[in-house]
Amino acid sequence: MTTIRGSASRLVTLLLGAGTALQAQADWALNMPRGVTDTSQEVFGLHMLILWICVAIGVGVFGVMIYALVMHRKSRGVTPAKFKESAQAEAIWTLIPALILIVMAYPSAETLIRMDDARNPDLTVKVTGYQWKWHYDYIDEGVEFFSSLDRRSNEARQIGSGIKPRDVEHYLLDVDEPLVVPVDAKVRLLMTAADVLHSWWVPEFAVKKDAIPGFINETWFQARQVGTFRGQCSELCGKDHGFMPVVVEVKSQQDFAAWLAARKASASVAAVN
Amino acid sequence: MSMATDASHHHAAHPGGLMRWVTTTNHKDIGTLYLLFSLAMFFIGGVMALVIRAELFQPGLQLVNPDFYNQMVTLHALVMIFGGVMPAAVGLANWMIPLMIGAPDMALPRMNNWSFWILPFAFSMLLVTLFLPGGAPAAGWTLYPPLVLQTGDAFPLAIFAIHLMGMSSIMGSINIIVTILNMRTPGMTLLKMPMFVWTWLITAYLLIAVMPVLAGAVTMLLTDQFFGTSFFQAAGGGDPVLFQHIFWFFGHPEVYIIILPIFGVISEIIPTFARKPLFGYESMVFATGSIAFLSFIVWAHHMFTVGMPLAAQLFFMFSTMLIAVPTGVKIFNWTATMWRGAMTFETPMLFALAFLFLFTIGGFSGLMLAIVPADIQYHDSYFVVAHFHYVLVPGAVFGLMAGVYYWLPKWTGHMYDERLGKWHFWLSAIGVNITFFPQHFLGLAGMPRRIPDYAVQFTDFNVVSSLGSFVFGIAQLLFLWLIIKAIRGGVQATAAVWESPTGLEWTVPSPAPYHTFDEAPEVQ
Amino acid sequence: MEQASERYYVPHGTQWPIVGSIGLFLLLGGAAILLNGAGTLGGWVAGAGAVVVIVMCFGWFGAVIAESEKGTYNDQVDRSFRMGMFWFIFSEVMFFLAFFGALFYARVLSVPWLGGEGNNFFTGLLLWEPFENEWPTNGPGDMGGPFETMGAFGIPAVNTLILLTSGITVTLAHHALKAGRRAGLNLWLAATWLLGFIFLGFQAEEYIHAYQDLNLRLDSGIYGTTFFMLTGFHGLHVTLGATMLLVIWFRCLKGHFTPKHHFAFEAVAWYWHFVDVVWLGLFIFVYWL
Ligand code: HEA
Ligand code: HEA
Ligand code: CUA
Ligand SMILES: [Cu+2]
Repeated sequence: MTTIRGSASRLVTLLLGAGTALQAQADWALNMPRGVTDTSQEVFGLHMLILWICVAIGVGVFGVMIYALVMHRKSRGVTPAKFKESAQAEAIWTLIPALILIVMAYPSAETLIRMDDARNPDLTVKVTGYQWKWHYDYIDEGVEFFSSLDRRSNEARQIGSGIKPRDVEHYLLDVDEPLVVPVDAKVRLLMTAADVLHSWWVPEFAVKKDAIPGFINETWFQARQVGTFRGQCSELCGKDHGFMPVVVEVKSQQDFAAWLAARKASASVAAVN
Repeated sequence: MSMATDASHHHAAHPGGLMRWVTTTNHKDIGTLYLLFSLAMFFIGGVMALVIRAELFQPGLQLVNPDFYNQMVTLHALVMIFGGVMPAAVGLANWMIPLMIGAPDMALPRMNNWSFWILPFAFSMLLVTLFLPGGAPAAGWTLYPPLVLQTGDAFPLAIFAIHLMGMSSIMGSINIIVTILNMRTPGMTLLKMPMFVWTWLITAYLLIAVMPVLAGAVTMLLTDQFFGTSFFQAAGGGDPVLFQHIFWFFGHPEVYIIILPIFGVISEIIPTFARKPLFGYESMVFATGSIAFLSFIVWAHHMFTVGMPLAAQLFFMFSTMLIAVPTGVKIFNWTATMWRGAMTFETPMLFALAFLFLFTIGGFSGLMLAIVPADIQYHDSYFVVAHFHYVLVPGAVFGLMAGVYYWLPKWTGHMYDERLGKWHFWLSAIGVNITFFPQHFLGLAGMPRRIPDYAVQFTDFNVVSSLGSFVFGIAQLLFLWLIIKAIRGGVQATAAVWESPTGLEWTVPSPAPYHTFDEAPEVQ
Repeated sequence: MEQASERYYVPHGTQWPIVGSIGLFLLLGGAAILLNGAGTLGGWVAGAGAVVVIVMCFGWFGAVIAESEKGTYNDQVDRSFRMGMFWFIFSEVMFFLAFFGALFYARVLSVPWLGGEGNNFFTGLLLWEPFENEWPTNGPGDMGGPFETMGAFGIPAVNTLILLTSGITVTLAHHALKAGRRAGLNLWLAATWLLGFIFLGFQAEEYIHAYQDLNLRLDSGIYGTTFFMLTGFHGLHVTLGATMLLVIWFRCLKGHFTPKHHFAFEAVAWYWHFVDVVWLGLFIFVYWL
């Protein structure tokens, strides 16, 4: 097993290179983003691993087919062979795929087990999906707010608005108030919903979790870079399903502390009057 | 000759005109009805697809509002799957199974009529919802609660329409199973049956097993909506995810219900045009059986993001990956059938070959989706849309078209227009890839499915995809024209039609007489 | 009855299916209108549909019975009917399986999760405190208010006995038929459908008791839901089965069926046993455990 695992992970690292090679500039982006969390990097590697395995098998299988299509055609005056079965052959192409599958299954299971462990986080945020906005609640900090599609996109997206999506920065991917988290902190999200199913997805984090009314799903991420990362609701939730983006702002520890303090202040002011 | 028409007592003259088709109990008539109905539904579902693609041609909303877009997506899927692909396969079964096993007709001819004549009513019921206050269902073909409970007046009609479709499928499948088990001509042992008959035997079993489960699921939706039950409501102790489990317990076998008869068609066509017997018949049968069995234990691979316990996610990942093995056996056996054959490339063979390549690609993406950590990224993105269109369109639909080209001369008595057929093939094959291949990239780049409008970085591939879809669509007009031509006339087809096909259906004249095999034919 | 024809009988044309389709269309369409709140109109349409469906049943079955009595059906046709009935019953089993599945899911997964078990610690903590995993339950929302459950060893136990007995009587009737003892046949068959209807009477009693005294209702959360949906669908099947028994009984009185040739009788008998088995499942998992 360890040998399989070792070689598999070596293959992963090897393929990571090929992966970046595939990544073109924004518009013609061909591939999954590598992302900014350890998980997303692992998932990217896994994705490239299975992709290349499938490509390899495909080249093999299609190669044989094409050879047959070219060589074994009536127009070349061949006389058809008569054979109808071959126990060995069938055994081989039952076993080899099975082995390949094991090679894929092992690293996949490992990653999955790591992803599933949301224990001892540095920060916990309760995320609630509404038709059609997100609500973020920093449950230990007493800070909470809604996050919905920003005004410009919302005007531009109306039929006959006359505003060209291209002229709107981050069209459909911008919100009035993003989720703000500190870099390098393990952030645990408690996902739920108020009305129908939603799903919170940020590709750069390789996080996608359904928000289900009446239940709480746990998920987590640990961003390794400061910056703004964008995603969308990815479970059909009605007419504006396409218009409830997810935006996460990853700040340095100090900036985050400052932001949180400011937030609390305004919250308490609001509480007073 | 044994299969020539005879006017014995129970074959009295049948009514002409419309009433003939309404009251017929003849498997050929009913097969024709099924095939024409499914063609109509394919076009209706296709027009909806074109509405979708037209709206997605550019970012921003141009043609339809988001709610109507969702209605189109939902109906497009329901119409294509339940109206387009499934009835087409049943139509082939009706026409060909009795001919292949030397039976005078289907085992239960009256019920056969009913299982077809429910469908037009079911689909009228589904499609009228477009004109009701609140419009058609818009929660996606998967009908997930709680969203689906926000449907307007369309809600009960859609549910009942699905009940009717279920009844039709169950009756049709019972008929097919009984025909295969009880109507085979002497000497036609189970392991002498053509692959198409085998795949349908297993498909019919799957249908009878899962259609009632779907009926149950939508019934629960109905009672939750109108009678205060709590199946899918946490406050009452239920769970919205319960619906997903029940739906996919139906839904996953459903996708193999769609593809297994196609596997059968391909297994008939490739040997004929490779002029070489099917490789590994027994293992083909066995593989079909294993796929059917596995299809019952993989359903939750559609639900990797709902927060299942880790153990369940691991189990469903592994069981799903396993399906690659028997499916692989089929792909390899077909390749081995072509190997050192003497191939020619008439239109049925072309479609069969395109199926071989493109279905495999769809299968690969399916396997990628089975890898849970990766599926977290793929799920509900266009990568999934690309996957299932590869297995459904160049998979299922191409397979059906291959079958139609293969047997059309037997049905109409005329050869179809080969030149037109080649045009149809190449336009379809190119169009379908232009349409759906870029959707892989869209999904990986992060475009969610079921959205009427998208961020600008997704524009370019959507443009390509939409253009491809119109090419593909227009190509289907050629198909329609070709079929009409073949029905109207053309070169008289021989009984064998092709150079050296095997099977009883090629021993009867073309077109197949209204009644065949009144005396059981010999099978040694 | 004449001896069967050697050829497989293929009827030529039938109007009943289209009648049935129209009937179903009206019935369900009317029901939909009804559910959407246009009561009277919906009622009339649905009613009309029901009538058409019933007419279809009489017409269709009438035709088949006539042919059967004429000896049109040879053994192969008979086999087709048997297989058909078998697979129909299989589909019914799968239908019930969906509802049993829902019951088990609620008891094993969703209710415990709502109580904060498994990977749903926060579900319990943040959403449903102080709800505890328990069965029976009407959920953390206390849907429909407090309720009591139906004890297993009152009416349900009696009903179990009734159904089991009816299973025996129908078998006795079958033996009588095969031995050509028509009197015994008619007697045991009568006993069977009688027991069937008595069962239904008790169940009605039980439902009234549940609604009036126990406040156990269809909307009493997941317990009421699964209780009434499972027993209710079973009740519908008992009604159907008992009606079919009644029809068969009348046919027996008219002298239909021979010791060798009596598919319809056996079909109904099988169906009755199926209803029986489902009930055992209900008794164990809904009432008892
Ligand atoms: C005809 C229909 C059809 C078929 C045949 C398949 C076949 C497969 N599908 Fe697909 N699937 C759908 C129709 C179909 N699917 C639909 C409609 C959906 C979306 C539903 C919705 O959400 O709306 C879906 C969604 C779907 C998902 C959920 C994705 C998501 O929502 O996140 C998954 C995940 O596991 C999946 C997996 C598979 C797998 C593993 C196969 C396998 O059977 C494929 C096996 C075939 C091969 C692998 C290729 C040939 C094999 C070889 C050449 C051998 C060697 C290969 C290897 C060892 C890799 N499918
Ligand atoms: C067998 C099933 C089947 C088939 C055949 C198709 C066929 C097609 N599908 Fe379908 N599709 C599904 C099953 C199928 N689909 C399912 C299950 C979903 C998921 C729904 C959901 O999310 O709930 C889906 C969703 C889906 C989406 C995603 C929508 C979204 O998520 O927002 C898209 C988008 O491109 C799409 C496109 C197409 C296209 C272009 C075709 C083409 O192949 C159609 C080609 C046919 C025609 C075009 C009609 C014939 C020609 C004419 C009518 C003449 C007129 C034409 C011209 C003038 C050009 N489909
Ligand atoms: Cu919220 Cu989709
Ligand atoms: Cu599936």
